[in-house]
Amino acid sequence: MNHSDEIHISSTAEEYKKLGGTASSRRSFLALLLSAGAASVGALLSVPLLRFLLHPLVKAKTQASWKEIGSVEDLASVTSPVKKLVKVEQRDGWRKIVSEKAVYVCRDANGHLCTLSSVCPHLGCSIAWHDDKNKFICPCHNGQFTAEGKLLGGPPPRGMDRLESKVEDGKLVVHYQTFKQLVPNKEVIA
Amino acid sequence: MATQPLEPGAFNPWIDRRSGISDRRKGEAESPLGAVLNEPIPGGASLAYVFGSGLLYLFLSQIVTGMFLALYYVPSADHAHTTVAYLTKEVTSGSFIRSIHAYGSSAIVIVLLLHISQTFLYGAYKGRRKLLWLAGCVLFALMLGMSFTGYLLPWDQKAYFATTVGTNILTYIPVIGGPLKSLLRGGAEMGTITLSRFFVLHVFLLPSLILGFIAAHVLLFRRAGPAGPFQGDPQALKRSTEPFYPKQVVFDLLFALVIIGCLGLLAHYLPVALGPKANPSDTHYVPRPEWYYIPVFQWLKYWESGFAVVGILVIPAFVALLFVALPFLDRRPERRPWKRPVSVSIYAFIFIGLGALGGISHRNDLRDPAIAPQLAKQQTDVDAFMKKPFEPELAGVSPFAAQSLSPIASQGKRVFEEEGCIECHGADLSGTPSAPSLLGVGQKHDAAKLRSILNQPTDAMADGGMQPVDVREEDLAALIAFLESLK
Repeated sequence: MNHSDEIHISSTAEEYKKLGGTASSRRSFLALLLSAGAASVGALLSVPLLRFLLHPLVKAKTQASWKEIGSVEDLASVTSPVKKLVKVEQRDGWRKIVSEKAVYVCRDANGHLCTLSSVCPHLGCSIAWHDDKNKFICPCHNGQFTAEGKLLGGPPPRGMDRLESKVEDGKLVVHYQTFKQLVPNKEVIA
Repeated sequence: MATQPLEPGAFNPWIDRRSGISDRRKGEAESPLGAVLNEPIPGGASLAYVFGSGLLYLFLSQIVTGMFLALYYVPSADHAHTTVAYLTKEVTSGSFIRSIHAYGSSAIVIVLLLHISQTFLYGAYKGRRKLLWLAGCVLFALMLGMSFTGYLLPWDQKAYFATTVGTNILTYIPVIGGPLKSLLRGGAEMGTITLSRFFVLHVFLLPSLILGFIAAHVLLFRRAGPAGPFQGDPQALKRSTEPFYPKQVVFDLLFALVIIGCLGLLAHYLPVALGPKANPSDTHYVPRPEWYYIPVFQWLKYWESGFAVVGILVIPAFVALLFVALPFLDRRPERRPWKRPVSVSIYAFIFIGLGALGGISHRNDLRDPAIAPQLAKQQTDVDAFMKKPFEPELAGVSPFAAQSLSPIASQGKRVFEEEGCIECHGADLSGTPSAPSLLGVGQKHDAAKLRSILNQPTDAMADGGMQPVDVREEDLAALIAFLESLK
């Protein structure tokens, strides 16, 4: 440190002495003010970033879309469950996945057409209808269900899942959904 | 030092004890934090010194926004454009964040030019600051590399064709030019490999180098100390010396606030557009580089084949070398700009020249009857694309749903469904917990092998519950034809 630096420092030191303690407290107050300002600007800037990050979690769920199974006329003869494939479109971020899902068209106690998911509520295997035994049997762990999907026996915690379906312009349409496995009551996943 | 504003322990006693960040060590005049905050600025704080820290802020902003963009971006020629369209059109704040990133690169170029001009006019590269200047030159080149590599990533028309031209320029370099271009592109042509390479350069290699050189630049700056004003009595300057904190810190923060405000307003009111997906077979597209490359682009137009190497390589290389070697060529201690007429006029000439080239290019584009309508059409295409809602990419289509099957194979598909194969192998053939996927089984086994497996499943298959298939011969043949079609 050279001579002139010392001159400078001692002159400021005198200044500080004149001001007493206020100089240092003023400086720490300023530090607090600047930190608070920077923090609030930072917080403001992180709002769009957070919204961007959380988009896939908070975006509105896609509306129920009805998938056609077949005309009511063709299904009039259904007495025991019949397997039908429906094309299901799913959005996966920027992708659209089209897949075929198997559903069973059956008749409920009132004689109306109903639709059952073929996914076993136990562990998700595909359940098969056995005409000869007049019941659904899951090939994985031998879960058994009636023609209306009611649980007969085996490890599944509930009966087969009814899918929402209705008749529109003479066609049976279904709202395909998947449900949580291993819970006693039907809970929608997607 | 009685005047030290930050006494030991002032930062945070717990951290202080463990890091020594505000402790003054034996033999050292100041603590690490104190050394930063109390750095003496000869002549006092000034608005002229805010550009360096402004660049640091901008680089930080690019890192953060870039990291967030990577949450959705996929660096492949198949998906890059879709993913950028998705985050621009659909993801909340996506357009805003992408615009901050894209405008941020322009802001870096502007602030960089201000920073270099300030350093140049103040003669702050002289004396013990030679290495500091060299590190800055490397950072300048790396930053231009960042903007060049980032330009391709959205994979729209503009990105594709501008980068095609940009990489082609390399072939002007004798001997190594061609191989260098192929190395950068990952082949003779532009393609998905090129995109991967640019992505790696833009996201991994160049930013790491920039971080390293920023560290070196800041370290060398702290070693040399601020240069201060270019004139004034040394004694007077020393008397008016101010520490970095608080005044310069406040100036720097205010400048960062100005940058944030400008970028925020631009990104909100004039969001960066995305054009239609790159179409390499489009022969009409007129590419234009980013605005700061336009002067160079115009310059290249003046050089005909024989002399091209002079104009495109020799002259720019000479100017770049002159720029880098400045502190070694201009060794006089004189810092006042008006006492350095030669270097200052060359500097001004280059800048005015670049500006003029940019202006000429802009005017030509507006007047040329072959170019102007095409550029206008390209802009219309961009606007039309931006107005269209986001179109998701059809993906993961099961062969079941998409394939058009031969008559015998579709009969086999019926057998497959009726025999209950679907229960275990899945409606979309992608398998279930009880049986594997059959997708691609036609590639793995030929018809004879498929027949033998169906008649007599292997032990592993039998253990999994696979039964021998017992159907009529014509149904079996159809089933085999169906499985064979699953390539």
